[in-house]
Amino acid sequence: MRTDEPLVLGIETSCDETGVGIVRGHTLLVDAVASSVDEHARFGGVVPEVASRAHLEAMVPTIERACAQAGVQLRDLDAVAVTAGPGLAGALLVGVAAAKALALALDKPIYGINHLAAHVAVDVVEHGPLPEPTMALLVSGGHSSLLLVPDVTGDVRPLGATVDDAAGEAFDKVARVLGLPFPGGPHIDRAARDGNRVAIDFPRGFTTGRDLARHRFDFSFSGLKTAVSRWVQIRQASGEDVPVADVAASFQEAVVDVLTRKAIAACREHGVDDLLIGGGVAANSRLRALAAARCASAGIRLRVPRPGLCTDNGAMVAALGSLAVARGRTPSELDLPADSSMPVTLVQA
Amino acid sequence: MLLLAIDTSTTAITAALHDGIQVLAEATTLDARAHGERLAPGIREVLTRAGAMPHDLTDVVVGLGPGPFTGLRVGIVTARTIAHVTGAALHGVCSLDALAYAARDRLPVGVELVVATDARRKEVYWARYAVLGLSGSEASGRTVQARTEPAVTRPADLPDDVRELSAVGRGPWLYPQALTHPLSGSQPMAAEQGLLDVSAAALADLAVQRMRAGTLVSRQEPLYLRRPDAAPHVTAKSALG
Ligand SMILES: [Zn+2]
Repeated sequence: MRTDEPLVLGIETSCDETGVGIVRGHTLLVDAVASSVDEHARFGGVVPEVASRAHLEAMVPTIERACAQAGVQLRDLDAVAVTAGPGLAGALLVGVAAAKALALALDKPIYGINHLAAHVAVDVVEHGPLPEPTMALLVSGGHSSLLLVPDVTGDVRPLGATVDDAAGEAFDKVARVLGLPFPGGPHIDRAARDGNRVAIDFPRGFTTGRDLARHRFDFSFSGLKTAVSRWVQIRQASGEDVPVADVAASFQEAVVDVLTRKAIAACREHGVDDLLIGGGVAANSRLRALAAARCASAGIRLRVPRPGLCTDNGAMVAALGSLAVARGRTPSELDLPADSSMPVTLVQA
Repeated sequence: MLLLAIDTSTTAITAALHDGIQVLAEATTLDARAHGERLAPGIREVLTRAGAMPHDLTDVVVGLGPGPFTGLRVGIVTARTIAHVTGAALHGVCSLDALAYAARDRLPVGVELVVATDARRKEVYWARYAVLGLSGSEASGRTVQARTEPAVTRPADLPDDVRELSAVGRGPWLYPQALTHPLSGSQPMAAEQGLLDVSAAALADLAVQRMRAGTLVSRQEPLYLRRPDAAPHVTAKSALG
């Protein structure tokens, strides 16, 4: 197997996106995604069985499309990588089974890898090799984690995580309160542009006193979500109009303030000079802007992949697979399990 | 020809190879929760035992269910992917057909039987079959033909005449009050595995028989028979990623 510039196909099915990406070394050749998001919109959240059925139908066509667009023959691959967890059990299993079938039929090694580590690794295709260590802030509808990453292929250390809602989940719930469509993130971002972010002083979870001492790098967004809906209810009960733009901007500010404050504190405490932000919420324009400003004044280099690589995709899985091959990591076995609650400390199954 | 048959619609995770004349190898694991783990190693095992390579495959046949969804999809996505990589022709067969076929020599020609498998939630997947004699000089001389479409129901709601038929699958073991004539006798035995859970060897043999008769239909969609539960997962991430 070539280990300098390995050609790796990655499969991602941990939630509602069927992703197939192909990477050669640090070069992204293709990132094909089929999403079932429209089928979930009317339920206001991802329906696992709907997602799993969509993965099954999209899997082979997405593999075909990725290969065609990249001009890659499957037999030329050096390895197959797949998200083994964490994620929705039934959804993960479709991708894992497909990856095993590919590896088996092509007689290639398989790497069952951790979805969160893949969110970090994807940045190599945009900004080159990862500094070691890197601090990673991963924020999406499913995760809000602060990770110290000495080696993304084998040593990822969780410093903190959400104790209740994920950041993206809070965006969805607040969007519903404001009558904005699912998924909430992009709609809140858009509405907030015309709003005043200091109009309402919403609570910042785990940022003061004993909470901060006990949950130094943890997050909590459920209190914020409750505060927003109570504020809106009081307004509505008194017959006043709800200033959607101001509420959106003030809510968003509360979220990104906590995220960036804690991420920079973690960098300082661990002597890390590079902060990477990934996950779907990294597409949020205010998070990008505030992180850039605070990193600049703290002397920290900031890496944020472009929005298309922050949401779930196959390229991130391929990227981590490619790094694992290049590092000489031992492949997974053909009986590797899909693990819906795979711990972030386990980079590879 | 070299045909790979796989089925993950029942407790059995099962794979077999058939050369058009006979079954060359079968690998079966009984584990209701390990379909994703055991299928690929099972396929590799039958290929190794038959001294074959994936690219030698000419046909892939997969059991389309009905069966518990999560496990069922493992077999179907595996079959579709292997067929895509190797260029083998892909065929789908109702998994209940394979259970009926495994029972064909246990009953007189002309007699009917019911296949009933575990649909969970206190229901069974079921279909009614007839044993037929084959004209000509086929080795086995028997086949089965479905008399009803596969369906899902509570055992107590099965039609009275169906409940009295000889029954194959785990249904009669789970619901002895409703299905009183298990074909595999008073104790299910390992040797009669093909009568409790799908055997890929029976599936392969049935597919070859239908291929010869020109009746192998190339459908590839899973037989879910139930709509998805439409409750969003509370902690599932949004489309934000
Ligand atoms: Zn993600």
